[in-house]
Amino acid sequence: MMNDHRDAMGRPLVAITGAGIVTSLGRDKAENWAALTAGRSGIKRIERFPTDGLRTNFAATVDFLTGEASPAPALTIELARHATDEAIREAAIGAQGRFPGPLFLATPPAELEWPQRKALYHAGRNSGLTGYQRLVDAAREGDWDEMNSLFQFASVGEHLAQRFGTRGIPVSVSTACASGATAIQLGVEAIRRGEADAALCVGTDASVQIEALIRFSLLSALSTRNDQPEHASRPFSKDRDGFVMGEGAAALVLESYAAAKARGATVLGFVRGCGERADNYHRTRSKPDASAIVGAIANAITDACIPATKIDYVNAHGTSTPENDKMEYLALKQVLGEHLTTTPISSSKSMIGHTLSAAGAIEAVISLLTIHNGMLPPTINYDVADPEIPLDVVPNVARPARVETVLSNSFGFGGQNAALVIGAP
Amino acid sequence: MHDDGRDVLITGVGLVSSLGKDTGEHVAHLCNGANAYAVDEQRFAPYCVHPLSQLDFAQQIPKKSDLKQMEAWQRIGVYAAGLALSDAGIAGDAELLQRTHLVVAAGSGERDIGVDCDVLDKLSQTDDSTALAKQVLPSALRPTLFLAQLSNMLAGNISIVHGVTASSRTFMGEEIAGLAAIENAFRRIAAGQIDIAIVGGALNAEREDLLLGYELGHNLWKGSYASVWDRAGAGGGFIPGGMGAFLVLEARAHATARNIEPYARIVDVATGRCDRTGGATQRALAELYGGLRDKPTGPLTVLSGASGAAPATAEEIAFIESLPSHGAEPIVRAFGSTFGHGVEAHFPTGLALAALATRHKLTPKATGNAEIERPFTGSTSNALVTCVGHWRGEGLALIGAA
Repeated sequence: MMNDHRDAMGRPLVAITGAGIVTSLGRDKAENWAALTAGRSGIKRIERFPTDGLRTNFAATVDFLTGEASPAPALTIELARHATDEAIREAAIGAQGRFPGPLFLATPPAELEWPQRKALYHAGRNSGLTGYQRLVDAAREGDWDEMNSLFQFASVGEHLAQRFGTRGIPVSVSTACASGATAIQLGVEAIRRGEADAALCVGTDASVQIEALIRFSLLSALSTRNDQPEHASRPFSKDRDGFVMGEGAAALVLESYAAAKARGATVLGFVRGCGERADNYHRTRSKPDASAIVGAIANAITDACIPATKIDYVNAHGTSTPENDKMEYLALKQVLGEHLTTTPISSSKSMIGHTLSAAGAIEAVISLLTIHNGMLPPTINYDVADPEIPLDVVPNVARPARVETVLSNSFGFGGQNAALVIGAP
Repeated sequence: MHDDGRDVLITGVGLVSSLGKDTGEHVAHLCNGANAYAVDEQRFAPYCVHPLSQLDFAQQIPKKSDLKQMEAWQRIGVYAAGLALSDAGIAGDAELLQRTHLVVAAGSGERDIGVDCDVLDKLSQTDDSTALAKQVLPSALRPTLFLAQLSNMLAGNISIVHGVTASSRTFMGEEIAGLAAIENAFRRIAAGQIDIAIVGGALNAEREDLLLGYELGHNLWKGSYASVWDRAGAGGGFIPGGMGAFLVLEARAHATARNIEPYARIVDVATGRCDRTGGATQRALAELYGGLRDKPTGPLTVLSGASGAAPATAEEIAFIESLPSHGAEPIVRAFGSTFGHGVEAHFPTGLALAALATRHKLTPKATGNAEIERPFTGSTSNALVTCVGHWRGEGLALIGAA
């Protein structure tokens, strides 16, 4: 059953024919790649709400797309639209507003924020009610169509489905900080099963709002280097002290290789394998033996039908938390073995922060750019090596390398572990 | 019929609702429950809710430290998932649990209403824009609550409490979440990607923050209880119902090898999204039905997931009335009239009820509006489960004898 349209397991090959990205570093692939390879940080002091007295007052926000006062889902939608426009333009697929396949979307859970609660509370000021009764009463008596259109769990997917004319239900997935990788996996699987010739996979996140920042802060997950925001994200360094929240989106147009070839599309790369594994050890921590992470990475490599020695570069999850970076190293050592000593591994989060639900998709696009440009993006702020993590992290400066195959890791709270293998065209 | 071992069977059911704490109580309800429903019209007036039966959560969540980490929504789901795993003979089988995939339909956990009210009160007394950061939130929020609110933490807790670890995927999007979860598990098994999965969702209806979220779009039924069919003339709306529904789905070859008796077979699942302009919902459902494989002829139990929202529910009736053109004689039963609307958990609940009805060869009693729900005393071997989202998403599942 093998031919050049199928993999070694006889499944349709899944090509990437369009990619788009927006992060704190820029609004498209060109701007992002220039900044990533220059080792520039997009992390800065938060301006969109007062941070007086907070333990962390910085993030990698995207401030150039919408007005400052827009609620998180409005920016989440705008980021996704922007990245998807770039991806579809590049793929030149379908007619305007009619994407010929399903949408798989990684997006944060929907939740009203304080400005919305305050507005409702204010609207109910004459009701004589207090607390939630007053909010619900105000909701019933008023017209909140715009708020309603933003704060349902299906809101972001619905806006994208409307704009891009994707087919079927817009599928929104949450595997916490692995969501972006899972969205891509869902697209790959739909194409392999023959349900679709094309799929639009998007990851988007604009979670830098006050309550989200405080929640992560209360979990002691965030860096507190308030005096040096651009140096705060230090993956794999001995002096790393937590992650930095980031915003952004990425979109990939996936197609069966046969369909892409038939319409003469340019193939940018392939998603060769996807792997996942759930951890049941703890809500926010990995099993001490890293076995669930190992499982996800090993499954991805097996799924790609390659030996581990074929991995040329790892785009790490690399959050810059003490726990993650250590566990990721332990897992890579088990899966790659001796090959790890000659495999470069860098973390884009040193520059763009942790883009949460979007991270897996954003880092898949960065992996693709790494292959295309033959250049490894660095891990910046790598000043103090951690002797427990002996890795070639491409310290501080980008460097040229021939890369055929990339492993991209994504892990999340709730025992979520996912990995992708992305290959050259 | 062609079967290469990839038939998708339902081999375990865990179901809790306002009408029962396990499958036995739900079967009793389906057999005898004419017009029986449990509704609270007072506590959240003018809204009704179907309050969840009293559960002893410790039966499925033995560790106090685990219980403390969860809000009600997660406890309901973890409890129902535990029932399903026991029912399918998987609970405690470490080797099998490591090969069992987890698929969850979820919204998010509850807010701490007391904290929110406190914060709103403080904010209303100050014009200082820095108050939220400086004084209010850091002292009001607590870390564990955040983990109770993340959508994927129902799945996370099922992994931790029950040990399901092959993979874990959480789908979101109100009713679409349930459609996506069921469809995802079904297609992966049918295609041979995986052999066994547990899939489902949960809703805690007794929450003011949940009512607020749905009333922003004026989606809730107000006033005294009425069946879903009887709400259309009065503006429509849904009544949230507390429920948790999980199903163990399994490839036939896998179920046969471990000698487990299946409830039923999922013949096919179809989902879609239309823009809900006039007539679009009816057309979308007709198109989805037309594409289902192995459509039955003769009497067909339709377990309608109609929510009562207008005009979606009226269009669903029109679709059901068109089924005779496909040779089916629909016997309609709206499970939302008795259980309430489960949003993310609604479609899984419909499939759970269909599994029970199929195994026990029973047609649920009619519950309200005798013109639409006609009495039927025979038995059917097929069921069609519908789920039309209150604002987006349409789905069908065809269930047959195993």
